[in-house]
Amino acid sequence: MSETVPGYRRPGLLTQPPYNAPDYGSTRLRHPQQELLRLPHTLTETSAPRFSPQRYPARADLTVQADGSAAMGERIIVAGRVLDEDGRPVRNTMVEVWQANAAGRYNHPGDDHDAPLDPNFQGMGRVFTDAEGWYRFVTIRPGAYPWRNHKDAWRPNHIHYSVFGAGFAQRMITQMYFPGDPLLALDPIFHATPDEAARNRLISKFDLELTQPEWALGYRFDIVLRGREATPMEDNH
Amino acid sequence: MPAPTPEAAPMQGLVASAHQTAGPYWHLVDFPEWADTTRHFAGNLPPGERIVLTGRVTDGSGAPVADAMVEIWHADPKGEYPDPNGPAEEFQGYGRCATKADGSFRFVTLKPGPVPLGDRARANSRQAPHVALAIFARGLLQHLCTRLYFEGEALNETDPVLGAVPPERRGTLVARQVEPGTWNLDLRLQGEGETVWMAV
Ligand SMILES: [Fe+2]
Repeated sequence: MSETVPGYRRPGLLTQPPYNAPDYGSTRLRHPQQELLRLPHTLTETSAPRFSPQRYPARADLTVQADGSAAMGERIIVAGRVLDEDGRPVRNTMVEVWQANAAGRYNHPGDDHDAPLDPNFQGMGRVFTDAEGWYRFVTIRPGAYPWRNHKDAWRPNHIHYSVFGAGFAQRMITQMYFPGDPLLALDPIFHATPDEAARNRLISKFDLELTQPEWALGYRFDIVLRGREATPMEDNH
Repeated sequence: MPAPTPEAAPMQGLVASAHQTAGPYWHLVDFPEWADTTRHFAGNLPPGERIVLTGRVTDGSGAPVADAMVEIWHADPKGEYPDPNGPAEEFQGYGRCATKADGSFRFVTLKPGPVPLGDRARANSRQAPHVALAIFARGLLQHLCTRLYFEGEALNETDPVLGAVPPERRGTLVARQVEPGTWNLDLRLQGEGETVWMAV
């Protein structure tokens, strides 16, 4: 079957986590056992939904409620660019984020960690990239939290990201980590990606340029989505 | 004449970021109304058939996957996708739905038309009507992708993706009409009757 439109490049060796990761217990009954069918990219994969800020209002400051009440914890600024593998900015794309509060607790009925909820922190944000692919939001530095994967399992501090891109084949969900976190070395989700450089690109960088004096420290986190194939490719599948 | 907007010089050698699991608390970005793609078009829906898509997601032990995010993406009833430069208010076949305790999901949308194959050698050929499905969940380090097709469509016989699936597994991709306008496709992550998952 031939590719029918210029598709997206396939992931490089070991730069993506596998479905079957024995150290991450929840993959045991959820990973496919059959080989995946390689899908040629068609218009379905190279087109994507569009989210207008009118219908999907932005929420770029997670630290302040509508009534002005402030969340507890260390305020931080997180910003970066969404690019494709050719370095082109992914413009006007929606970036969703969610996270635990400063105490390591999610505002979620399924989270029973014995840490306080913060009535002034929901932990959900939504921003859009500009013409250069830049996004920016203000939040609280999330706390670590225990999970039951193994003895003394604690997730490193992280912010969940959901990004759409310009083709549904670029759709991705990932996590942003923080530099210097001692829990990273022990985390099977972070370590599921075999390639060390690929893993380390999920760690944000402390950035004085983004820091706002006497107000909040800044962290830089860029996201790279798949690039387009130059020409339609033939394959034998 | 205004100067053309300068294109930022492409940087070579970037590698796509690694995916990570959505985890069990992704519902902070669950908006149940997103499961109805027709919600913005009370009286002026584009012509087409309004349908319900249902299914259940189960794991390798047959247990319901109760914490998954299911997303759909499909063409409009004419088989067209929104113009990236057109108005953002036109119909879009994008939906998101959280699975319930029994692993079930339910979307309301418009039945997609046949999408052009885009293959120059076969300029008039069309793909069978289909819906791209993406499953995100705890235990999925990347989302799982597949397609939903509709039972009884003549184009199913010539669809290149369905044709690449071994006949004995093709049924895992074909939704059945369980009542008029309601199509059901159950999704099995692993084991007997495993859905044909796709490397997209
Ligand atoms: Fe998390």
